[in-house]
Amino acid sequence: MIPLLDNYTLVAPESLAGVLDDLSRHPGARPFAGGTDLMVVLEAGHLPEGRYVSLQHCPELLGIQEIDGGRISIGAMTTYTEIQRSYRLTRDYPLLGRAARETGGVATQNRGTIAGNIANASPAADTPPVLLVYDAELELISAAGSRRLPYARFHLGYKQMDLRPGEIIGRIILPQPQKGSVYYRKVGTRRAQAISKVCLAGLIRVEANAIQDVRIAIGSVAPTVVRAMATEEALRGQPLDADTIAAAERALPTDIAPIDDIRSTARYRARVAANLLREFLGFRL
Amino acid sequence: MADPTAVGVTCTINGRKTRLEGHPMTRLLDAIRKSGLTGTKEGCGEGECGACGVLLDGTLVNSCLTPLVHASGASITTIEGVAAGNMLHEVQEAFLEHGGAQCGICTPGMVLAAIELLTRAEDPTEDDVRIALAGNLCRCTGYMRIFESVLEAAKRR
Repeated sequence: MIPLLDNYTLVAPESLAGVLDDLSRHPGARPFAGGTDLMVVLEAGHLPEGRYVSLQHCPELLGIQEIDGGRISIGAMTTYTEIQRSYRLTRDYPLLGRAARETGGVATQNRGTIAGNIANASPAADTPPVLLVYDAELELISAAGSRRLPYARFHLGYKQMDLRPGEIIGRIILPQPQKGSVYYRKVGTRRAQAISKVCLAGLIRVEANAIQDVRIAIGSVAPTVVRAMATEEALRGQPLDADTIAAAERALPTDIAPIDDIRSTARYRARVAANLLREFLGFRL
Repeated sequence: MADPTAVGVTCTINGRKTRLEGHPMTRLLDAIRKSGLTGTKEGCGEGECGACGVLLDGTLVNSCLTPLVHASGASITTIEGVAAGNMLHEVQEAFLEHGGAQCGICTPGMVLAAIELLTRAEDPTEDDVRIALAGNLCRCTGYMRIFESVLEAAKRR
């Protein structure tokens, strides 16, 4: 069923300045990136009516570059395919390529963008847990200027974001690569094309018989993707042994609040999240 | 009846300069089919099945998830543009010989996804083929004959 399009507008300004100007002059207008989520929502009849502004013609939102201090800046419109083909990203931030590969099929990866994955704000999105593990920062831009925000503070609640009127995600900044073993596993109905039931990304560094650094982020277990702070706390500074892993598993329920929905049940998600945690700590990549 | 919200989008389809008209958010799928090129199929309409696959500037996209305005200035290849006159593409030949096509609804998308793979992978493994076609669903063949067809086409180049 093709929905009536009379109450929608989609414009595609020829520059980033044009996009930001359009968003500032039309309160309520929303950015439109690759379309791999919004067109599905449109087709289902659930896309809010109004004005959409395409980011297709903004060279400023493309490219993967090194910036000051060995940090990497990823343009908002970078596709999952471009992430997988970036030598720099797959070498220094392997979890990102891993997540991009597990998002949709090739056709989706060719059009879907990293900022779209963030701003769609699904708790089941595949790249956000990785961005949390890497302590990513967002550069948010509008006609009024730009600001930086740690990604961990961006999602305020289910589908709620710290985005001001007229503001879009411009770039994603990754800090210098962190040392450690990494883990990523998405559990879905099938390997390709499925939306996750649970997804866990982790990084851990053990030195001198103690866990020096650990970051764990989980998708599909709360209204937003979450950093597992209590679990990390149970691990940090401890030897990586059976007692510590048991303590981490006991802490995990504090970090997550899974629900029953069309894709899975709260009970299954809690169990799988614990299994993934144990796999991460026991058999690191 | 004239649609006041319609825009005209100029693009190249199968080497021919074409003007597609419609609302900017019209699915490229509908605009292509309305232009008479009905080889592009609609399966699920939500990006799950790959039947509507076309090549947009050489990369595989689901035309059901591509708004018309994003095709502006693009070079599009649909299934009609794959054969050279009566000369079938090697992927099409292989599909015929290995029983890669049955009812045919998924075939245009399968063929285009396979062609995209062959443009970027010199000597694809079966795993490469499975990954490249993971976004294309087939309810007839059980996939094995499709994978064989693509591997055979890769060998013949």
